[in-house]
Amino acid sequence: MQPLVELDHVTFGYTTSPVLEDINLHLHAGQFAALVGPSGAGKTSLLKLILGMLKPNQGVVRIHGQALDSRTAPQIGYVPQLETVDWNFPVTVEQVVQMGRVRRAGIWPWPRAEERQRVRAVLERLEIAHLGQNHIRNLSGGQQQRVFLARALIAEPDLLVLDEPTAGVDMRTAENVLHVLADLNCQGMTILMTTHDLNAAAAHIPWLICLNRQIIAEGAPEEVFTPAILNETYQADMLVLRQDGMLFVQQKPHSHSYHEILVNPVPGGALGHRVETTDGHPTSTVSI
Amino acid sequence: MDILLQPFQFEFFRNGTLAAVLVGALCGMIGVYIVLRGMSYIGHGLSHAIFGGAVVSFVMAWNFYLGAGIWGFIAALLINQTVRRTKITADAAIGVVTTASFAIGIALISRYRRFTRSFDAALFGNVLGVSQQDVFVVAGVALMVAVIIFFCYKQLLFTTFDAEVAQVYGVRTAWVDTLFALILAATLIASMQILGVTLIAAALVVPAITARLLTDSFNRMILLSTLLGAATGFIGMYISYYIDVASGASIVLLQATVFGIVLLVTALRQRAAQRLIHIHV
Repeated sequence: MQPLVELDHVTFGYTTSPVLEDINLHLHAGQFAALVGPSGAGKTSLLKLILGMLKPNQGVVRIHGQALDSRTAPQIGYVPQLETVDWNFPVTVEQVVQMGRVRRAGIWPWPRAEERQRVRAVLERLEIAHLGQNHIRNLSGGQQQRVFLARALIAEPDLLVLDEPTAGVDMRTAENVLHVLADLNCQGMTILMTTHDLNAAAAHIPWLICLNRQIIAEGAPEEVFTPAILNETYQADMLVLRQDGMLFVQQKPHSHSYHEILVNPVPGGALGHRVETTDGHPTSTVSI
Repeated sequence: MDILLQPFQFEFFRNGTLAAVLVGALCGMIGVYIVLRGMSYIGHGLSHAIFGGAVVSFVMAWNFYLGAGIWGFIAALLINQTVRRTKITADAAIGVVTTASFAIGIALISRYRRFTRSFDAALFGNVLGVSQQDVFVVAGVALMVAVIIFFCYKQLLFTTFDAEVAQVYGVRTAWVDTLFALILAATLIASMQILGVTLIAAALVVPAITARLLTDSFNRMILLSTLLGAATGFIGMYISYYIDVASGASIVLLQATVFGIVLLVTALRQRAAQRLIHIHV
C-alpha cells in the first residue's frame, strides 16, 4: 500500500551541520503518530519538511507518492505551536477558522452562506460554537488549541499535522486535546504530531517515532519506550515504569545506574516495584 | 454655512481637499496591514527611498511617477525578501535599504549641483500645489488599491496574520508580498506630493493604531482606519485653511490628537472595567 507521507533518505540543515540526517519514514493513511525527542532533535523541522515549508538538502518528501512541489500543495491541515500565534491580532474565532478555507473560498471578501455553515459545523464538532465572535485572546488554552484545530479541519485535509498541541496547557486540557485527536483518528483522519509529554504519548498515541537528528526507533509505545531507546534518543538516563498495562517515563532522579523500574506483585503478595541496575540485577524491592 | 463653503470657491482648495481625503483614506487602508505586520517604520523608510528614486528620475530625465514608483517597488520587495530569507528583522532591513536609497538621492544632488528643481514639495508636501492631474493620479491609485484589497482580502489577511502557515494552506505568499509591495509603493508615490516624505509615515500608522484601539475585529479596523484617514484629511484641510498652517502638518496633528483622545478614553474605560471586576470579586 502506498504511504500517505514518505520521506526517502532526507537530510536537512539550516547551516552546514544537518538537523536531520538520512531520514526514512512512512506514514500510512489512518495512522496516528507522534514524533518524540529532545529539544533541537529536529521534530519541528521534520514537520516543516512534510508541510513543504522547508526543502530537503538531500532526499525527497512524497505525499500520496508525489514529490512535494510548491505548485502542488497537498491538503494538509496544520496546527502550529500556540506560542507562535500573534494573540493581539484583531481576529475573531470565526475569522481564524475561515482562513482554513482560503484555497476554496470565492473571490468576495465575505464568506458565502455555505462557508459560514461549514465554520459553524466544525466549531460545533469541537464544542466551541458559542465562541465564534470572541477575540482569540479571550479564550482558554484548550479553546485556543481547538480554534486552530478547527481551522485545520475545515480545510478537509488528508493529513493533520500538529506541532506540540499539548505544550503550555494544563494536564486536563492536554488530555482533552488528545481525546479529540483520538476521536478524529477513529473517524479516519491521519495525524502526525510532536510532543514532549512522553506519558501522554504513551497513553494516547498508538505509533511513536523517536527522533534525534536520525530516527532512533519507531513503533508502538511498549516497543519504543525502553530505557535503551529513550537513553539513545534523549542522551539521558530514563526510567520506564509499567503498571496495569500502562507505561510511565521518568528522567532518572540521581546518578545511580538504574535501568528500569517494573511494578510487579512482589513475592509475598504486596504491590511493589523492583529497581534494576543496567546489568539486570535487582538491587532492592520496595513495597508500595 | 457660507463660511464652511467659502474655501471651496478656490480651485486649489477643491483639488487639495479631494486629494487629502483620498490620500487619507488610502493611507488609512494600507496602514492597517503595515501596523499588523509590525512594519510601522516602512512608511517613513520607503518614502525616503522614493525620494532617492525621484532624484534619479530627474537626473535621468525619466517620468517622475514611473521612476520613483519602480524605485519604491524594488525597495519594498528588497525589504520583504531580506526579512523572509535572512535573520535580519524588519526594522533593520527597512533601515538599511531605505537609508541607502535616500543616500543615493543625496549623493546625486550634491554631485549634480546644477539642480533647478526644488525638492521641498517632495519632502514636506504641497497640497496647495495639487493639480487636477495629481487628483486623477491619487484617485486612480486609490481605486487600484481598493480593488486589489477587495479581491485579495482573504489572502492578505492570512498572510498578515501568519505568512508561514498561510503558505501551507495554499496562499502564494510570495505573490501576495509582491502585490503588497506594489500597492505600498503606489500609495507612497501618490501621497508624496500631498503629505511629503516626512509626514507620510504618520498618515500610514496613526489612523490604523487608532482604529486598533477601538476594535478587535479586522474588518472593522480596516473600515475605521479608512474613514478616520479620510475624515482627518478633510477636516485637516479646513484647519489648515483657517489657521494658516501647512496642510500636511495640520492633517497629521489632527490624527495625532484623535489618537491621543481615543487612547485616553480607552485607558479610562479599561480602568473602570477593572474597578468593576474588583467590586464584583
